Amino acid sequence: MGSAVTSNHSATGGAPALVPYDEVLRGYEPVLGLETHVELGTRSKMFCSCATTFGAEPNTQVCPVCLALPGALPVVNGKAVESAIRLGLALNCSIAEWCRFARKNYFYPDMPKNYQISQYDEPLCYDGHLDVTVDTPDGPREFRIGIERVHMEEDTGKTSHVGGATGRIHGADYSIVDYNRAGIPLLEIVTKPIEHTGELAPLVARAYVTELRDLVRALGISDVRMEEGSLRCDVNVSLMPRGSTEWGTRTETKNVNSLRSVERAVRHEIERQGGVLAAGGRVVQETRHFQENTGTTVAGRSKEEAQDYRYFPDPDLVPVAPDRAWVEQLRAGLPELPAAKRRRVKAEWNLTDKELRDLVNADAIDLVEQTVAAGAPPAEARKWWLNELSRRATEKGTELAELPITPAQVARVVALVAEGALTNKLARQVVDGVLAGEGEPDEVVEARGLRVVNDDSALGEAVDQAIAANADVAEKVRNGKIAAVGALVGAVMKATRGQADAGRARQLILERLGVQG
Amino acid sequence: MTELIRLSAAELGAAIASGETSAVEATQAYLDRIEAVDGEIHAFLHVAAEKALEQARAVDARRAAGEELGPLAGVPVAHKDVFTTKDMPTTAASKILEGWQPPYDATVTERLRDAGLVILGKTNMDEFAMGSSTENSAYGPTRNPWNTERIPGGSSGGSSAAVAAFEAPLATGTDTGGSIRQPAAVCGLVGVKPTYGSSSRYGLIAFASSLDTPGPFARNVLDAALLHEAFSGHDPRDSTSVDAPVPPVVEAARRADVSGMRIGMVKELSGEGYQPGVLQRFTEAVELLESLGAKVVEVSCPSFTTALAAYYLIAPSECSSNLARFDAMRYGLRVGDDGTRSAEEVMSLTRAQGFGPEVKRRIILGTYALSSGYYDAYYGSAQQVRTLIKRDFDAAFEHVDVLISPTTPTTAFPLGERTDDPMAMYLADLCTIPTNLAGNAALSVPCGLAPEDDLPVGLQVMAPALADDRAYQVGAAVEAALRDRWGGDLLSRCSYAV
Repeated sequence: MGSAVTSNHSATGGAPALVPYDEVLRGYEPVLGLETHVELGTRSKMFCSCATTFGAEPNTQVCPVCLALPGALPVVNGKAVESAIRLGLALNCSIAEWCRFARKNYFYPDMPKNYQISQYDEPLCYDGHLDVTVDTPDGPREFRIGIERVHMEEDTGKTSHVGGATGRIHGADYSIVDYNRAGIPLLEIVTKPIEHTGELAPLVARAYVTELRDLVRALGISDVRMEEGSLRCDVNVSLMPRGSTEWGTRTETKNVNSLRSVERAVRHEIERQGGVLAAGGRVVQETRHFQENTGTTVAGRSKEEAQDYRYFPDPDLVPVAPDRAWVEQLRAGLPELPAAKRRRVKAEWNLTDKELRDLVNADAIDLVEQTVAAGAPPAEARKWWLNELSRRATEKGTELAELPITPAQVARVVALVAEGALTNKLARQVVDGVLAGEGEPDEVVEARGLRVVNDDSALGEAVDQAIAANADVAEKVRNGKIAAVGALVGAVMKATRGQADAGRARQLILERLGVQG
Repeated sequence: MTELIRLSAAELGAAIASGETSAVEATQAYLDRIEAVDGEIHAFLHVAAEKALEQARAVDARRAAGEELGPLAGVPVAHKDVFTTKDMPTTAASKILEGWQPPYDATVTERLRDAGLVILGKTNMDEFAMGSSTENSAYGPTRNPWNTERIPGGSSGGSSAAVAAFEAPLATGTDTGGSIRQPAAVCGLVGVKPTYGSSSRYGLIAFASSLDTPGPFARNVLDAALLHEAFSGHDPRDSTSVDAPVPPVVEAARRADVSGMRIGMVKELSGEGYQPGVLQRFTEAVELLESLGAKVVEVSCPSFTTALAAYYLIAPSECSSNLARFDAMRYGLRVGDDGTRSAEEVMSLTRAQGFGPEVKRRIILGTYALSSGYYDAYYGSAQQVRTLIKRDFDAAFEHVDVLISPTTPTTAFPLGERTDDPMAMYLADLCTIPTNLAGNAALSVPCGLAPEDDLPVGLQVMAPALADDRAYQVGAAVEAALRDRWGGDLLSRCSYAV
């Protein structure tokens, strides 16, 4: 073996050091491409009537069609087509007048037919865009992400590898397959190459997936739980030397399954590819896997020896030719989309850029809006969700929307405070009760005895006692040292175990002492 | 017994309905016949004697309870082993599915059960319906009742032999490139390829999805029409199923009249390479049709000459994908799973052992034709040829009501003659393939014995899509006229006739 081989070996075997992010960006322009799979929330599968419930006993939601028994045939789920068209319309796509399903042929144990029914050169939706906003130190910047296509396909089964240390196929004793997921409808959304994002590339990628997720959620076509795999991303990254017009070699990082991971995966690939190029190597076109624990990517199979999928139109399925009138009806029936909603609430609630951004980042617009709809003033609703409830969600490690309190319940708490029945402090205890499952806010108030003492006779008694017990303080107040009234209010609050309305108590004390407040 | 099995299906159905005989008696008669002759013929891969009698008893009980039943209730039927049956094995004559019992019925199976037909068993075929002689069965060949040294046709050769040997009054088959019409022709039967999409493929083990069409075998045109009507019609479980009424085939079979009809002889489907006796009987059939008042003209369909080539790209391409599911994972044969081999190795060993040579040949051919860089030249061009063939049919049907040709270029050839020569075997489907590529309907009806070998010759009648009734009408007219001329059915001259 000559030394050339040795040095060659070190270039591929021992990975070159990462190059700091900013340094890479000085020399290269990242080009991104995102392929996102969304599992649709239809009740039945893409090509058969099996249920799609997540978490069912393995292999209980299967039939001859999704198990690919000999002779079984697929029939398209019309609801899935409708969902695809609605997403296509929301992404400003053109909707094909006629398109077909194609078979993507490859052998894999969790794919029952050993081909996947997908769409190839005739996607249902094509040529659209999605605008996303990224915060920069110079203020928000908008990017228009081109959408190449949205197409329909079916999911595979799920393989688990048993035995061995890694849970991966190598070293496993055996593998088991659950076909419940086989045939679940998927939409694949493919972007056009995303260029000219510079150092913002990771943030743009994240903003795109976030915006897409919100769009899908607004359309109600999927519950988009990334942790259950109902939204999965493949991230393509390449580096183009600055001043060049030719793209570099891309890598595809598969199954990046959280918003944060999307950002990290792009960033890591930029640094890694920068390192390879800086060491004089070349980027290999390959599939890579994202490692959640380290935030890095590792090589999977090389695309250069990738298989030929032998796509051809699926002869078992007739072409999909959506009626134009139906498409227009679907367009007219689209709900308000996230971008429009943001513009509207910003105006309606009179928000600054920062206030809007906080709402967006906390994923709280819908919650606040529903709370407002239930009667709360926007500022109060916002305050509750962004402060108190966000804190609770963080403590519990859950999403805001997952907290066991409804916008209507929050609105009721706000109303109780506004009418003076609760102080803010008491209101927080009511929220505790609701979150603890003690019932509606009014029930918690009742059960815990939290109502503010604003009955003047009861309060008056406490006031009289406070004045009598603190004659010296009362004298100071009578003599014009009004600031001293705080001590008397404190005494009243103490006597009423905090249930008094402090403002009313103050007013009564001043009245008793014949002083103008 | 002989009396019962000699009856046509229509007559037998009527006799059962009138109480002259019962479904159980009829079924027993056919089971006895199978017992007597199938050792020689080998039409069946599976005989379901007990279940058949059970079904027959159920039909008799329904009748006794006063239920209105269809014209074929209680009449036995044999299913090509390519249709799934939930109470008996289904193998497609392949080792890879040996012993597999499906958990569900094909639509064809289910509809015939509902109509009260009694399933005698499953018939032999070329493995996965790939072949023209039934010699590609993994379970041994079937013999032609006219001459047991000859092939019964294929791929539905078990079905044709069973009906010709009076082992069943009716049988189902599938026609992908001629797999019903060619065996019907060489066994002296009526066989029909209905319009694509008018009979459901659900539960039919796929060979080539865009071509596969279930259809009937019978000893006469009316019986074929009754069976056709019983299993056809829209099926929501088959996306390619046509949502249209079944053409009035039974009515057409009873009308049997060609006076005033315009009939086109396809110029490209005769001449050189055709057996003289076949051409002679075909010419006589043309004269017969003219004598019955039809106007026969010659029609040219130039694209038909490229049909065979296009077919042998499209069918293997689709099969290469359709047969990928036989991977030892979920059902059927599993080879080499000893705990040391990977899933991929087990798949590979299983497929190597489980598939026969013709199936492998076509999977390889199709895999190649679909490969990146070859797709346009092969699969793409073949689809264009398909469009041209459709246009030829459309143009012809502007001038004529039906087209005719010999069903096959030759009569039944000797067993073993073409097994080492795939190209010669493929030529057996020369006349039948254009109809599969275009998706329209065609029927084969006996038109005599070739003088040189005393074997049956079939006349093919091709009709436009969803005008299957026209083919029946012409077939029935030819059948009636020839029956008068011969003083009986052609089949009565077969050595297995009863």
